Amino acid sequence: MSDHDLGTSGRARWAARGTWIAVEALIPLLLLVAWGAWSATANSFYFPPLTDILSSFRTTWLFARFGSDVVPSLLRLFAGYAAAVVVGIPLGALLGLSPLALRTTRPVIEFVRSIPPSALIPFGIVVLGLGNAMKVFVIALACLFPVLLNTVDGVRGIDPVARETSRMYGIGAVDHVRGVVLPAATPRIAAGLRTSLALALTLTVITEMAASTNGIGYFILQAQRSFPIPEMWSGMLLLGLLGYLLNAGFALLERRLLAWHRGARGTG
Amino acid sequence: MGLAAILGFLEALSRLGVVDPRSFPPISEDVGALVLQLPDLAFWEAVAATLEGWALGLGVAVALAVPLGILLGSLPPADHALRAVIEFLRPIPSVALIPLAILLYGLGVTSEVFLVAFASFWPLLIQTLYGVRDVDPVALETSRAFGDSWPRRAGRIVLPSALPYLATGLRIASATALILAVTAELIIGSPGLGREIEVARSAGAYSLMYGLIIATGVLGWGLDTVLDRTERQVLHWHPLHRGAEAAS
Repeated sequence: MSDHDLGTSGRARWAARGTWIAVEALIPLLLLVAWGAWSATANSFYFPPLTDILSSFRTTWLFARFGSDVVPSLLRLFAGYAAAVVVGIPLGALLGLSPLALRTTRPVIEFVRSIPPSALIPFGIVVLGLGNAMKVFVIALACLFPVLLNTVDGVRGIDPVARETSRMYGIGAVDHVRGVVLPAATPRIAAGLRTSLALALTLTVITEMAASTNGIGYFILQAQRSFPIPEMWSGMLLLGLLGYLLNAGFALLERRLLAWHRGARGTG
Repeated sequence: MGLAAILGFLEALSRLGVVDPRSFPPISEDVGALVLQLPDLAFWEAVAATLEGWALGLGVAVALAVPLGILLGSLPPADHALRAVIEFLRPIPSVALIPLAILLYGLGVTSEVFLVAFASFWPLLIQTLYGVRDVDPVALETSRAFGDSWPRRAGRIVLPSALPYLATGLRIASATALILAVTAELIIGSPGLGREIEVARSAGAYSLMYGLIIATGVLGWGLDTVLDRTERQVLHWHPLHRGAEAAS
């Protein structure tokens, strides 16, 4: 490539990139059209025509059930997630800085982490009942571990030269944590936060399926049981969109907040 | 040491009535309830059912994700063609498919396997993709220069180089698979530990419920430990593990 004339090869590359983008956009559209065409003629009870699903999506979620089901789901999701972040980052920083505390608590952390979070729902019900407190608690508990463990690893992986320099200059503990430890650990913490966000949505849906009278998870399971199948599909579509939007939103925020880090490493 | 202290603390909380001992039985009673289950065949059947859902789902996911990952990783046009589709499907919470699974496969183990396979498919696919993309291009070109055929290149250069990524993907997928297996048992009611936990809860047998939750934790920890050991043994030649062993 390098011994070609730069101008033409550059243009050729741009043309190629344009083709790729077109292909990337075209294939999903083709698949959607294929699904639409197939489902319109398949006459299957379980796979209703795509147009039915979309019209049910519009009548159900825009915005008839938005306030009654989507808002409670999102509130629980963010409450649990926020609790996990508020507890997980400081606790993780503490454990990362204190080898003794880490060694003492590690067996318990490793063990509780190994429990599939959905198995904690019956526990939550026994302790907190069937209401919102239980759901937020289970979501928070599930989201806690990725945040906590990534913070621990991030704090422990801090450059020893930076740590020793900070000590040499007699920087106080608070400034040391705020100025040296947390910035160095941020990329790892961000990775934990992203994992937890996906978990939060999953656990929101599961807790609503297990015990709830509203929420998206409750709605789609109810729709399946009473057989308005297009509504069930529309709920699944909504969950897919939510998962996609949460992930994309987080990626955007991360790129904004970690711009200094990627730039500093020369990989941005 | 730390573990003993925390266990003692939990025991004291219940014994002294700081927390309600009805919903928080002392930890010794929970473990006792679990120990009482050990001679019971039904308990082991539940464990086996959970493991079955985990293994079958994970097997299906490996069989689909690894070849697809190798294909997409080594064929850029295919990668581009499917990238947007994958990026859209991947963040869908797999539990959203529970109603569909029930409709298509009923309330049994097939639904569980379907959900487990869907959930563990994504980490495996992504890790395989990254692993294949990360193959040393010099090694690949050398092999091509020596006239190796594509299957030979895939088997001797691409796969060994991608194996550590695959191993990581497998461990993530295994944890995900267990979560989905237990969730399916809890929500759908397919046989396994998840259902037993829910049954114990609704019967008010809280010690047993806690005991079974502990059992799922042990199962999760055990599976991860086995995979970790196996990875170390199978990949002992890989620089990552050579370094790790020298360091520890």
